[in-house]
Amino acid sequence: MTVAEVVFYLLALLSVIAAVGVVTVPNVVHAALFLILSLLGVAGFYILLSSEFLALVQVLIYGGAVATIILFGLMLTGGRDLPAVGPGAQWPLALLVSGALVVLLLTAVLNTTWPRDAGEMTLISINTLGSVLFREWLLPFELASLVLLVALIGAVVISSQEERES
Amino acid sequence: MLYLRRLRDIIHNRGDPVLDEFGRIGILLLFALLFPSLPLMISYLFRLLRIRPEAPDPVKMDTYECGVETEGDSWVQFNFRYYLVALIFVVFDVEVVFLYSWAVAFPDLLLVAYIEALTFIGILAIGYIYAWRKKALEWR
Amino acid sequence: MISLEHVLVVGALLFSIGLFIALSRRNAVGVLMGIELMLNSVNLNLIGFARFVEAPRPIDGQVFAVFVITVAAAEAAVALALAVAVYRLRQTIDVDRLNLLKW
Repeated sequence: MTVAEVVFYLLALLSVIAAVGVVTVPNVVHAALFLILSLLGVAGFYILLSSEFLALVQVLIYGGAVATIILFGLMLTGGRDLPAVGPGAQWPLALLVSGALVVLLLTAVLNTTWPRDAGEMTLISINTLGSVLFREWLLPFELASLVLLVALIGAVVISSQEERES
Repeated sequence: MLYLRRLRDIIHNRGDPVLDEFGRIGILLLFALLFPSLPLMISYLFRLLRIRPEAPDPVKMDTYECGVETEGDSWVQFNFRYYLVALIFVVFDVEVVFLYSWAVAFPDLLLVAYIEALTFIGILAIGYIYAWRKKALEWR
Repeated sequence: MISLEHVLVVGALLFSIGLFIALSRRNAVGVLMGIELMLNSVNLNLIGFARFVEAPRPIDGQVFAVFVITVAAAEAAVALALAVAVYRLRQTIDVDRLNLLKW
C-alpha cells in the first residue's frame, strides 16, 4: 500500500463518516459542522488528485463562505424550534431511493472498464489553470460574474423586502 | 533517528510529487490536531490512573470560567441584518477566487486579462452599488 | 495506486448520502446541506475524470469544477435568503408545513 493510498482511504473515511454524521446528528447546527468537515475532506481529495487550485477554492468557498451563510441561515431561522430537525416521516422512502441509487452507481462503476491511467501525476499549477481560464473560458468567466450579480441582487431584494413595508 | 529518516523517505521519495509538496502541510495539520488534543488525552489518562483527582463542579462547565456569567442560552435569534452582510461576503469571496487565479496568471496574459478583470469587477460593482443604494449595508 | 474507480466509489457514496439528506431532512436549510453534498460529489467525479482519463485538454475538468462551485455558492446565497424570508413570513421553515400549494 502506497502513501497515497493510505491518505486516500483516510480521507474517504473522514468525508463519508462526516457525511453520515450530517444525517444522524439530531442538532442541525452540529449537522452543518459535520457538513463542513466532509467538504474539507473533499478538498483533501482535490490535492490528492493533483489539482491544488480546486482545493484552495473548496476551502475558501465551502469552508469559508457557504459554511458561514449556512450557519447564519440556521441562526436566523431558529433551528431549535423545529421539532423535526431529524429525518422526517418519509425517511424510509428516502432510504430506499438512495440505497437503490448507491447500488446502481456502484455496480455501474465496478462493472465498467474505464480508460486506463493518464500516467504521471503532475500538479496542475494555478498559473496554467489561470491562463486557460482567461483565454479559452473567457465567456463563461464573464457569465459567472453575471450569475453572481443576479444572486446578489436577488438575495438583497428577497431579504430586504419586508423591511421596507414595515 | 532512523525512524525519522524513514519517515522522510516515505514522504519525499516515493515518486509522488503531489504528496511531496503537500506532505509537509499534512504533517503540519497532524501536529495542529495533536497539539491541542494531547493535553486533554493526557488529562484523561491521568484520571484513569488515579493520579488526577476528579472533582466535578458546575462552575467548571461554564462557558467562561473566569468571565462574565452567560445569560440565557446561545440559541438566540440573531438580528436579521447580519445576513445581508454575510451574503455580500459570499459573493465577493467567490470573486476573490477568480481574481486570485487572474493575479497568478497575469504575467502570461497582460492587457487582455486586465480588461477581462475590469469587466468582471465592473459587473459585480453594479451589484455592490445596488446593495448600497438599497441601504442593505446600513444598520437600522 | 489510486485508480478512477476509487474516486468514483467515494463520489457515489457521497452523492447517495446527500440525496438521502435532501429527501429526509425536514429543515429547509438541512435540505440545502444535502444538495451541497451532492454538488461536491459531482465535482469529485469531474476531477477524478480530469485526472485519470487521457484527454486532449486535461485542465477543462478543473475549470468545470470551478464554475460548479461558483454556481453552488450563488445558489446557496439565494436559497438561504429565501429560507430566511419564508421564516419571517411563516415563522417556520419545516418543509412539511410549507404546503400552501398542496391540494
